[in-house]
Amino acid sequence: MKFNPKILGFLCNWCSYAGADLAGISRIQYPPNLRIIRVMCTGRIDPVLPLEALANGADGVIIMGCHPGDCHYMTGNYEAERKIKMLKKLIAPLGLAERLHVEWVSASEGARFAEVVENFTNQIKVLGPSPLRQEKLDLSKWEGIQAAKEAVEDFRLRALVARERKIIEEGNVYGEEISQEEFDRKMDDALTAEYIRNRIYLILEKEPTSIKQLSKRLNLSSKHVLDHVVLLRRRGLVTVDKIEDMTPIYSVLKR
Amino acid sequence: MKSTTLRMANMNSQDTVSKGRKVGSVLVVGGGIGGIQTALDLAESGFKVYVVDNSSAIGGVMAQLDKTFPTNDCSMCILSPKLVQCGRHLNVEVLTCSEVTKISGRAGNFNVSVKQQPRYVDIAKCTGCGLCAKFCPVDAIDSFNKGLRDRTAIHISYPQAVPLAYMIDREKCVGCGLCKNVCLADAISYLEQEKEVTLNVGAIILAPGIREFDAKLKSEYGYGRYPNVVTSIEFERILSASGPFMGRVQRPSDGEIPKKIAFLQCIGSRDVTCGNGYCSSVCCMYATKEAVIAREHMSQIEPTIFYMDLRAHGKDFDKYIERARNKYGVRFARCRVSEVKEISKTQSLKIRYETEDGTQHEENFDLVVLSVGFAPSETVEKLAKNLGVELNKYGFCKTRTFYPIETSKPGVFVCGMFSSPKDIPQTVTQASAAAASVGKLLFSVRGTLIKKKKFPRELDVKGQPPRIGVFVCHCGINIGGVVDVPSVVAYAQTLPNVVYACENLYTCSSDTQEIIKNEIKEHNLNRVIVASCSPRTHEPLFQETIREAGLNSYLFEMANIRDQCSWVHMFEHEAATEKAKDLVRMAVAKAAKLNPLDRILLDVIPRGLIIGGGLSGMIAALALAEQGFETYLIEKEKALGGFLRNIHNTLEGEDPQRFLKELIRKVKDNHLIHTFQGVNIEEISGYVGNFRTTIAHASEKSELDHGIIIVATGGEEYRPKEYQYSMDPRIITQSELEDRLSTTTISTRLNSVVIIQCVGSRDNSHPYCSRVCCGEAIKNALKIKEKSPTTEVFILYRDMRTYGFAETYYEKARELGIIFIRYNENKKPEVIKKSENGRESLSVSVYEPIIGEQISIDADLVVLSAAIVPPDGNKILAKMLKVPLNEDGFFLEAHAKLRPVDFTTEGIFVCGMAHAPKSIEESISQAYAAASRAATILTKTKIEAEGIVALIDEKMCTGCGTCIILCPYGAITKNDVGVATVTAVLCKGCGLCAASCPERAIITPHFTDEQITSQTRALLGRITA
Repeated sequence: MKFNPKILGFLCNWCSYAGADLAGISRIQYPPNLRIIRVMCTGRIDPVLPLEALANGADGVIIMGCHPGDCHYMTGNYEAERKIKMLKKLIAPLGLAERLHVEWVSASEGARFAEVVENFTNQIKVLGPSPLRQEKLDLSKWEGIQAAKEAVEDFRLRALVARERKIIEEGNVYGEEISQEEFDRKMDDALTAEYIRNRIYLILEKEPTSIKQLSKRLNLSSKHVLDHVVLLRRRGLVTVDKIEDMTPIYSVLKR
Repeated sequence: MKSTTLRMANMNSQDTVSKGRKVGSVLVVGGGIGGIQTALDLAESGFKVYVVDNSSAIGGVMAQLDKTFPTNDCSMCILSPKLVQCGRHLNVEVLTCSEVTKISGRAGNFNVSVKQQPRYVDIAKCTGCGLCAKFCPVDAIDSFNKGLRDRTAIHISYPQAVPLAYMIDREKCVGCGLCKNVCLADAISYLEQEKEVTLNVGAIILAPGIREFDAKLKSEYGYGRYPNVVTSIEFERILSASGPFMGRVQRPSDGEIPKKIAFLQCIGSRDVTCGNGYCSSVCCMYATKEAVIAREHMSQIEPTIFYMDLRAHGKDFDKYIERARNKYGVRFARCRVSEVKEISKTQSLKIRYETEDGTQHEENFDLVVLSVGFAPSETVEKLAKNLGVELNKYGFCKTRTFYPIETSKPGVFVCGMFSSPKDIPQTVTQASAAAASVGKLLFSVRGTLIKKKKFPRELDVKGQPPRIGVFVCHCGINIGGVVDVPSVVAYAQTLPNVVYACENLYTCSSDTQEIIKNEIKEHNLNRVIVASCSPRTHEPLFQETIREAGLNSYLFEMANIRDQCSWVHMFEHEAATEKAKDLVRMAVAKAAKLNPLDRILLDVIPRGLIIGGGLSGMIAALALAEQGFETYLIEKEKALGGFLRNIHNTLEGEDPQRFLKELIRKVKDNHLIHTFQGVNIEEISGYVGNFRTTIAHASEKSELDHGIIIVATGGEEYRPKEYQYSMDPRIITQSELEDRLSTTTISTRLNSVVIIQCVGSRDNSHPYCSRVCCGEAIKNALKIKEKSPTTEVFILYRDMRTYGFAETYYEKARELGIIFIRYNENKKPEVIKKSENGRESLSVSVYEPIIGEQISIDADLVVLSAAIVPPDGNKILAKMLKVPLNEDGFFLEAHAKLRPVDFTTEGIFVCGMAHAPKSIEESISQAYAAASRAATILTKTKIEAEGIVALIDEKMCTGCGTCIILCPYGAITKNDVGVATVTAVLCKGCGLCAASCPERAIITPHFTDEQITSQTRALLGRITA
């Protein structure tokens, strides 16, 4: 059967949604795969929302907003850009990064809007159906995206990404300049850690498991897994369920 | 309470003279950005407004622009919300295809005759669907796109046009009758006749704009003969994504992408041979912008700008030029082009020019853009004659330095290009200023002619299960011709919570509004969905309809199945129908989760506070007080007057000191103005409508309550560190020279005076242009010549930036023998002191580019044109007000183009040199503008917050402060118990805080995570109950 991608777009009201309207007014034809959700500003796009779409089997998610400097609310698009960058990193290990895309389209760029949609649709066609489509669900990826979703619902990543722009552009609380590379390193560490922790949590939530088993399922060293479990215990999320033959079995405490 | 009584008292005293005679309505001539802004300001402050425009839609030149400098903002993105606001405002009536033919009466009460040309299309009925244009068999030229594209005889001027109604071009129409046959809205009326309308108004604002110079008159550049010589406005359309080439840079002769593009400056400007001795003020910047945008489109393009002086005199303009030069590789060539010839084989162009050193050059280009200047049109001249308004020698509206908004006729005001060439922010500033001037004239009849919409009591739907009605539009055949509308309706009926669904030919027509209201009652609908066009244009209409049926306007949702479906998938009927169903399903899922939202009302303290008692501050104070508002005026120094105290004459020969004295007297005499001199501000708290400011004078403290703040802290003269200033009494600053010229007769023994420009401007420490110094230098140089004709005066400059009419004085200075020598920023002049025969002689050494040698000029006096710098206090004040400064330390407005006196924080405004260096005239305009913007708040007893305002769950908030850092409007603060709280009136509902809150403790109503997720899930087939 021919693959007909389902693509979800989050468009800002002032620039991109208007650009999409202009494509219509100008009768510029593009593939009929995109469904648009209008938001007032790309800054409104909680990182959970694109992941929610991917988790529900969207083949692609595209976010479109005002060009840099054009944001109706001053800075929303800059913040969105950083959030999407974070999300792409987070879902890259799941092979989903190319299914999430961000573009700036102004109210006068009807033709460019159509071009962007056409290119993204083609890109998704090449990638094929999402591994998270209900009909052919890839379980490990499904677990992965759930963990990613949990990770961006948690305090840490949200707090970091929300301060990224200020820290890079204006310096930190000590008045020091922080380079993008340096910040990225810290962000990447946090991303990986939070992702793994949430995966561990989700596995333990299903059934109590040992460090060794976890390490096998996640393809990570047991030392690594143990570190995360220790931290999750400290956060009060994980506890030792029982001990089987000298092996502690961990389970979750409800969040 | 005190203020209210005062306001009343003032009104009564005025009204005894004028009651029954003044009229609370205003005519605005011209619907460009100036006309739109003045109309909105007036309508928002209680006046009925008529906007008369001779074209078929409002928008003016700005609608034709691709991007705007210096921010490269998309012109249409920022303009179209204003167009819609103006078009839909209950108290703004737009009369298109109309011109004013006659006026009678006097200030306060005019009768105006307006002639309205037939449109042959009924605006009330036309839905803008475009069916007629599709079938029109007659091609005509599209004047909006400057003749670069064909359009049909029945047309709209541009896609976002307001009013969005078609019009028949009678000259092109052959009368075939096709459009009437295909129009399903029955809007075509061939029998329409020219109409005459009479309007009774209290004041008139002229905002007709001007036309661009006819480039054909400069035949040496080949415009009109060579297809690849275009004007800058044509090039603007070539660049535009909605232009003829859809944003690809192509040349008109063959559609090839031009590699080398030449911009020729001053076409019809600074040119006495064509009668235009003035500078058009904006061309250097727009040419640079066009060059940058062209480069952005195609990196292979090599733009060259041929210019005389680079006039980047506006705020942050020089930085833009530097970016263009360094980042975009735009080449700037200082020379005058003598001729353009076409190379017949390639249709490319050979340009001949002479550089500064006198050598002749020839160079080939693929496209030539003529940076045309501006001049008043003949229709405007006719209008001025009809109105009895005086024009200057160039045909612009005559105004005076201290009264920049007033025409020669009382009650008739002017704004924008018609009074002098200016850019968009200055036009918008003057537009607001004109509204304030009208406010002064008509405040006693404010609110007498405005309409207020009354809505029935809102039904309480809280707790009720959703009952959704879906109205699916055919839009003639626009939707119905592609999407299978009946099947969408049938599908909608199967969706959860949908209790009613139907189809309409035009859902936006007035009879359908009645149908919607009836069905709401009939089926007890508590949520309504319209599946038709775009919410950007039509949501307000439908929201009003459901309000009329007693539903909260937020219980409405749209599915865009036309602009984003049927029009873009015209040949895929099945896929389009599927998509339409998906979009309706998503809308239904969201609608089920919609909640009614209330708009919070807050009291306004009808008093103003003005910080700074210089020219701008005093003008703003008077502009408020004379509209009946009590005003506090705070000055940190003992005396009023600010920088104006240093200015003793103007280029035009007026007396600033007399004006200042009179102004101070008026301020002191006005019983509504409370002046505090020699005081400091200790604290400012509160928000729009409700500010509290603590001031300290001597050992006393007082608290002032007020509704708005105007920042008018002014600017200061830079104390030069360069050119041995302060080390020799013969080296002085420009204002010191001015002071001397006004108090002592300049000695005729002065053989030579050397004036050095850009001292502390456009350098590393102050990378901006101080805007006023070129004019000031010429003014004082002329004064020296007047007092002592034998004194030689030299002006050493980098670019002479005598923009607008000041150019004529530059011309005059050259005629009088004042010598202008250009210096390069890398080869600055040097002041040299030498001891000879016991006497120290002074000379200035400078590289003379025309003869190509270093020369030395003996000087009896060296005058330094020192920069205008922001006062140090700006930093503290900015922190107190929580408003930003730009890199140079001047206050940063909300938007460089369209909100030049507003801050992003509502209720706070800026004017005068606090904003950037500017002239007396410009400061006065801006002060009026700030007062006008302030009046839109002060005239309301209550202000309404947006319905969509962030909500914080205090129990979940940990007080981490993330939202406070991110909020662009300073709408979130920490309360006493350490959790974040939203000031509803300041929140714009963008949702950034909600998307970023680490605890997910914030909700953006109407766009909640739950609502968006339910849309997502509905699309992807996991419908949640």
